[in-house]
Amino acid sequence: MSLSLKGKTALVTGGSRGIGRSIALTLADYGADVAITFASSVDAANKVKEEIEAKGCKAKAIQADAVKLEKAEEVITELTDDWEKLDILVNNAGITRDNLILRMSEEQWDQVIDTNLKSIFNYSKAVAKPMMRNRGGSIINISSIVGLSGNAGQSNYAASKAGIIGFTKSYAKEFASRNIRANVVAPGYITTEMTDELDEEILETIKDETPMARAGDAEEVANTVLFLASDLSSYITGETVRVDGGMGM
Amino acid sequence: MSQDVESKVKSIIVDKLGVDESEVTHEANFTNDLGADSLDTVELIMEFEKEFDISIPDEDAENIATVGNAVEYLQEKVS
Repeated sequence: MSLSLKGKTALVTGGSRGIGRSIALTLADYGADVAITFASSVDAANKVKEEIEAKGCKAKAIQADAVKLEKAEEVITELTDDWEKLDILVNNAGITRDNLILRMSEEQWDQVIDTNLKSIFNYSKAVAKPMMRNRGGSIINISSIVGLSGNAGQSNYAASKAGIIGFTKSYAKEFASRNIRANVVAPGYITTEMTDELDEEILETIKDETPMARAGDAEEVANTVLFLASDLSSYITGETVRVDGGMGM
Repeated sequence: MSQDVESKVKSIIVDKLGVDESEVTHEANFTNDLGADSLDTVELIMEFEKEFDISIPDEDAENIATVGNAVEYLQEKVS
């Protein structure tokens, strides 16, 4: 069996930047037609679309709010109408609104839970029937090492990322009999725009806590997603794979 | 037409649940009598939607538990 996604279709939420962008391009490298959703970065999203097309694959960039179930259903319907089926869903869209619990506003809490966790329910639910019709599928949800370990100043983010793991295991159990697999990838410290916002001091601490003593690259996360999306991982479901240079050991 | 609906519904059930036609009686309950799990019932509804080219809302689907329920609901919907 070779690592090919030829003839498969994929949707990557939050695919215009960072890890999502890298995942979208990697799936296309291996032959998948790839759609991305994005919240606001129109130019970045169109650029990803062009890059995917340049690899000889079909591409779509859809502006979509991840928080509304109805919107997620619209996106999935558009894709299954145009591309007939959806084989791979990567729930990657996520934001941070860091603050200590004592200072965290209700809005900061709600925004992160809605964007990072509720969106996963929305897209995973919307894709369930098409994947059942298609006799299978692979869902990869992007969590974070913070969801396993917690992090001061990120209680909202950590809660959303831990919630993803519980949701994914439940989903995996509900749909295992229909050959729909659901797994989690939990990145550690990966260089992206999101981590660029972190203080220099925090970054040094993170590196100190990482046995491999370096930041990860978005492509290293994308390669793990690629494996879980492909048939090479056909007997893996409900699993969480850390991509963290050993940080979570 | 109504006879058509009934035989079509029954053949979908036989096909989908892998049961014998003789078991697919009017009173037969998908879960209790025909061995359907919760996803099987969802798939049955999806199959009805496809075959009859209609959309069955979730609140209606919840009330379709037996072969008779399905036949009556679909006869009304397609007539």
